[in-house]
Amino acid sequence: MMELALATAIGVLTAGGVYLLLRSRSFDVILGLTLLSYATNLLIFSAGRLAVGKPPVLQGGLPAELGNYTDPLPQALVLTAIVITFAMTAVAIVVAMRSSADNGSDYVDARAPGDVP
Amino acid sequence: MMQHLPALPLLIPLLAGALMLLVERRGIVAQRVVAWLSMAAMLVAAAFLLHQADQGPLLVYLLGDWPARLGIALMVDRVNALLVLTSALLAVAALLYACAGWDRRAPHFHALFQLQLAGLNGAFLTGDLFNLFVFFEVVLIASYGLLLSGGRGLRMRAGLHYVVFNIMASSLFLVALGLLYGMTGTLNMAEMALRIANAPPQDMAMLRAASGILLVVFCAKAALLPLYLWLPETYSRAPAAVVALFTIMTKVGVYAVLRVYSLLFGEGSGALDGWAWDWLLPAGIITLVLASLGVLASRSLRGTVSYLVIVSAATLFIAFALQTPAAVGAGLYYLVHSTFVTAALFLIVDLVRRQRGPLGDRLDQAGPMRGTTMLGLLFLVAAVSVAGLPPLSGFFGKIALLAAVPPGQVALVWTTVLGTSLMQLVALSRVGSQMFLRAQPWAGADMPAPPRKLEIAAAIVLLAYGMALTLAAGPALRYAQDAGAQVLAPAAYIEQVRATQPLLRTPSP
Repeated sequence: MMELALATAIGVLTAGGVYLLLRSRSFDVILGLTLLSYATNLLIFSAGRLAVGKPPVLQGGLPAELGNYTDPLPQALVLTAIVITFAMTAVAIVVAMRSSADNGSDYVDARAPGDVP
Repeated sequence: MMQHLPALPLLIPLLAGALMLLVERRGIVAQRVVAWLSMAAMLVAAAFLLHQADQGPLLVYLLGDWPARLGIALMVDRVNALLVLTSALLAVAALLYACAGWDRRAPHFHALFQLQLAGLNGAFLTGDLFNLFVFFEVVLIASYGLLLSGGRGLRMRAGLHYVVFNIMASSLFLVALGLLYGMTGTLNMAEMALRIANAPPQDMAMLRAASGILLVVFCAKAALLPLYLWLPETYSRAPAAVVALFTIMTKVGVYAVLRVYSLLFGEGSGALDGWAWDWLLPAGIITLVLASLGVLASRSLRGTVSYLVIVSAATLFIAFALQTPAAVGAGLYYLVHSTFVTAALFLIVDLVRRQRGPLGDRLDQAGPMRGTTMLGLLFLVAAVSVAGLPPLSGFFGKIALLAAVPPGQVALVWTTVLGTSLMQLVALSRVGSQMFLRAQPWAGADMPAPPRKLEIAAAIVLLAYGMALTLAAGPALRYAQDAGAQVLAPAAYIEQVRATQPLLRTPSP
């Protein structure tokens, strides 16, 4: 059940992200990127298998197999990915704002007068 | 000291980049001193690394002294030692060009430049897939800064496309990593190769899908067939010193494809043995044809050179997809040559553009230009080299590639490579005659300032690398062939990574 819920969440987020990414306003595109990165983070998280109430560090008495523990590595990976995508989103927002201020249009394909395509 | 050699190309620029932030307030001279000291140290380290790698065995460096299957390992073989040296040599010329005065105008240029070099060297040296992602991001973040600092208007729009495209590619990279980690339970490439070789048959479809996503990401970085549309616009809007360094960024993608798909899905990897190359050969051929058409059809000088960058990436994919040591070796020689010559062309084109006043780099009109002799000669040498005419390095690269084509594929590869070379030759001759032969002397008073000596010197340095590759074609090709043989034999590689023991830490169970 938990797997189904998580898979659905990833699917819905990805679908929404891709839809927004294909729109023509840079604001929508950046929102799409954010949704896409949420979906990616959930996917990496689920790569360590879903487990509830299990410790991520080895304990005496429990045999050292993945069935008894949660995998700590994907959580570390997700943390790295979150930091990077957060910074990237900030960069994208700044660039988009500058582009819309300079080119007088919020569209991704903003054309200035007299521009050779 | 010698045992830490593989980490030095990473640490030197990283330290220099951090130091740069501290000395930034002391003015441009202090920054230039730090930058050049770092470049000198990096060149020495890269040369030592190349010498060490050429002894034969793989160098493995365990970061934090963790065994390779648990921690992150750096690995040096002939291929990535060559690439580290290439990027250091390229950076010398780009830095020289920037130090002629452009670096005053872009804030934080020197810090970002060092961080970009750290990212490039890290991406070349790492033996861990997630670490590769991290270094890709380091390269990209630095490149956003370099591309956009001080930019306005249309450069910002091109920058937005570039940023969005790359964030999307990074998301896909993470998806592929999540799937691969979920299937194999490791991120070290050598360890992953073993587990893929022993994977149960029901996992094969998923592994193929995950590695296919990974291939899309690398091809997006390397600008292969449907994924190259971002490149001409971005590269033709970037400042010249920056774009000269960017010419090695597409090569990072090509290198990642070569490394990952010859190691994870190379010889002896079971059902998925070499599946990617069957796709990459036709994709490379079609890209080569389309990019050559782009060279012919481009309406601006910088657009022409941008398409030449795609041409070189496509040629590399063809060479690597043939999967023989001779072909991969020829490809590596061509990689070094094409990096230097396209960077030289970007610098020359920037100088030409500034001598033409209001016409800039528009190709559709011939117009007045100041001082055609020197720039014309430089352009001639670069064009002869990039088109693959004798007697320069492009000729040796292409002839080694054509000689290495297996008999079954001769018709297809020879036709495309020779046909597209002719197309590039036509385009470059047209550019030359339009720019230099039909140029009129300046009539008005508003003559553009002549190019600075350092800028000309930077272009000459890059062309001199090409000359050196021509004169030393024998040893260079020998090295490249050995590198090709080494990268196509992953078994020894995996063995060596697994056998390397931590020095201080007792091995954990």
